[in-house]
Amino acid sequence: MATLDTTEPETGENGGEGIRRRDFINIAAVSFAGVGAVSLLYPIVNQMNPSADVLALASIEVDVSAIQPGQAIKTIFRKQPLFVRHLTPAEIAAADGVDAASLRDPQTLEERTKTGKKQWLITMGVCTHLGCVPLGAGEGEAKGEFGGYFCPCHGSHYDTAARIRKGPAPKNLEVPEYAFTSDTVVQVG
Amino acid sequence: MSFPWAEHYTPKHPFMRYMDEKLPLPRLVYNAVGAGYPVPRNLNYFWNFGVLAGAALAIQILTGIILAMHYAANGLVAFDSVEHIMRDVNQGWLLRYAHANGASMFFIVVYLHIFRGLYYGSYKAPREMVWLLGLVIFLLMMATAFMGYVLPWGQMSFWGAKVITGLFSAIPLVGTTIQEWLLGGFAPDNAALNRFFSLHYLLPFVIAAVIILHIWALHIPGSNNPTGVDVKGPQDTVPFHPYYTAKDGFGLGVFLLIFAILLFFAPNYLGHADNYIPANPLSTPAHIVPEWYFWPFYAILRAFTVDFILPAKLWGVLAMFAAILLLFFLPWLDRSPVRSGNYRPLFKKSFVVLVVDVLVLGYCGGAPAEEPYVMISQLAAAYYFAHFLIVLPIISKIEKPLPLPNSITEAVLKGKDGATLSTNAVAQPAE
Repeated sequence: MATLDTTEPETGENGGEGIRRRDFINIAAVSFAGVGAVSLLYPIVNQMNPSADVLALASIEVDVSAIQPGQAIKTIFRKQPLFVRHLTPAEIAAADGVDAASLRDPQTLEERTKTGKKQWLITMGVCTHLGCVPLGAGEGEAKGEFGGYFCPCHGSHYDTAARIRKGPAPKNLEVPEYAFTSDTVVQVG
Repeated sequence: MSFPWAEHYTPKHPFMRYMDEKLPLPRLVYNAVGAGYPVPRNLNYFWNFGVLAGAALAIQILTGIILAMHYAANGLVAFDSVEHIMRDVNQGWLLRYAHANGASMFFIVVYLHIFRGLYYGSYKAPREMVWLLGLVIFLLMMATAFMGYVLPWGQMSFWGAKVITGLFSAIPLVGTTIQEWLLGGFAPDNAALNRFFSLHYLLPFVIAAVIILHIWALHIPGSNNPTGVDVKGPQDTVPFHPYYTAKDGFGLGVFLLIFAILLFFAPNYLGHADNYIPANPLSTPAHIVPEWYFWPFYAILRAFTVDFILPAKLWGVLAMFAAILLLFFLPWLDRSPVRSGNYRPLFKKSFVVLVVDVLVLGYCGGAPAEEPYVMISQLAAAYYFAHFLIVLPIISKIEKPLPLPNSITEAVLKGKDGATLSTNAVAQPAE
């Protein structure tokens, strides 16, 4: 049962108004209970973070030899869509014709592709707004006002270098880490 | 608490007297919804929707528990398990449609419940806590409905999950971490589906608990009424039972009739055909839209298309959450001492504009993200905020309210809205 502590302030060891040893015990006990509660909370929260199997990410290899200029393919990289697009000279010219500094997320096509492989535009197919897959990679899909990609969720338009040009998305489509292992094979990741 | 003239519980049967001494649960019920709870005598049909919301929650919990007996929360089989419910489980089609359309009915009655409160000033002192708890329930409802819609693992489920968790990625610095924590991965997958199932089961019980607080908080001052005038004496009230149990029972009958029509004759009218396509992580449906009850907020979210100090994406997310959080401040934004919109000529006009504005927002939220809908939703979103932050505070300063009836009884006896010519518009203190 709880009892009211009605004892007079001890005048012995600490003298009158000072901090008593019992005050320290009180603070120490509550502090330890707090530490215990937080350490219990941590696994309860952390169990929702990506588990070991999800984190065991792998790289993929994509054979691009069959992709004709003007075509694009969708594939899966880390459970998310990846676009591999073979740009036509007209699309490259359209991308280069834009003053990169005037864009929301300034980048040139040069910076978004590998040296000497300017026709290969490899990006994540994840709209940087809220994560939908933009249209434009598939046959007959709307490419938006800038000839690149159009996200149907909230109307973001990307140009032929997959740079954000219009709509709510804040960034260009992400270019993942990749390298050409041969003329026709790309290793992503 | 109740009014002093409330009838007292006097158990007659010896067992009930025995019970009352040990655990006075019947007494609690008697004082909460029985004859022991006096209620203003002039409540109109807009006062039915609280009970209807409670009924809708009960339907959702009951059908939900049953559906969970046959549903499997795994990306490989979730969609098929819902079709299994539809085709193989005895009356599974009925229970599944009842749960899906029950969510729509729940939101319909809750929206009417909210707008009732907005018009009649039910959020004003001394009922602020009732209003705040109600908004908490509304937020929980939206979270629950969202996670439930993910479970069938159709196209709308998958992409809805992606977009809604994507909202959190707009938060600077920690956003992506939060999104990955919510999803348990980098895109919606088994981990997300599995936890959404668990939380979709949990939250309705949290809602039920907050509803208990909501009713408790309401029963301290007692119900508001169409005049907004306080109860002054026994002549202003009738006991809840049988007067309002009967009236609510009638309302419940009408509610169930409409529900049955929807359920049996148009079970897919309020849904999206795309959610009958299994989730495809590689393709977003061309016309992805959320469920109708999220449309107004969705329209606000995508009304922001240009960067302005902050990125457009963050603005949209902030505005969408602000559209609801703003309502938490409503009792302190509307300073007019007159509760009911019936006696506030300017407020009444602005209220109609607000209702139209929300309907326009809803329409735009369901339309594709193209012109002219983007521009219309920008204007409508701007008005939505202006209504609460500018129009209401100004109106409550400059408005000259109509004379109030002296009492609820006077309003009842003089006509339906108590348009009195009384010179004494000052409310008398309760006796």
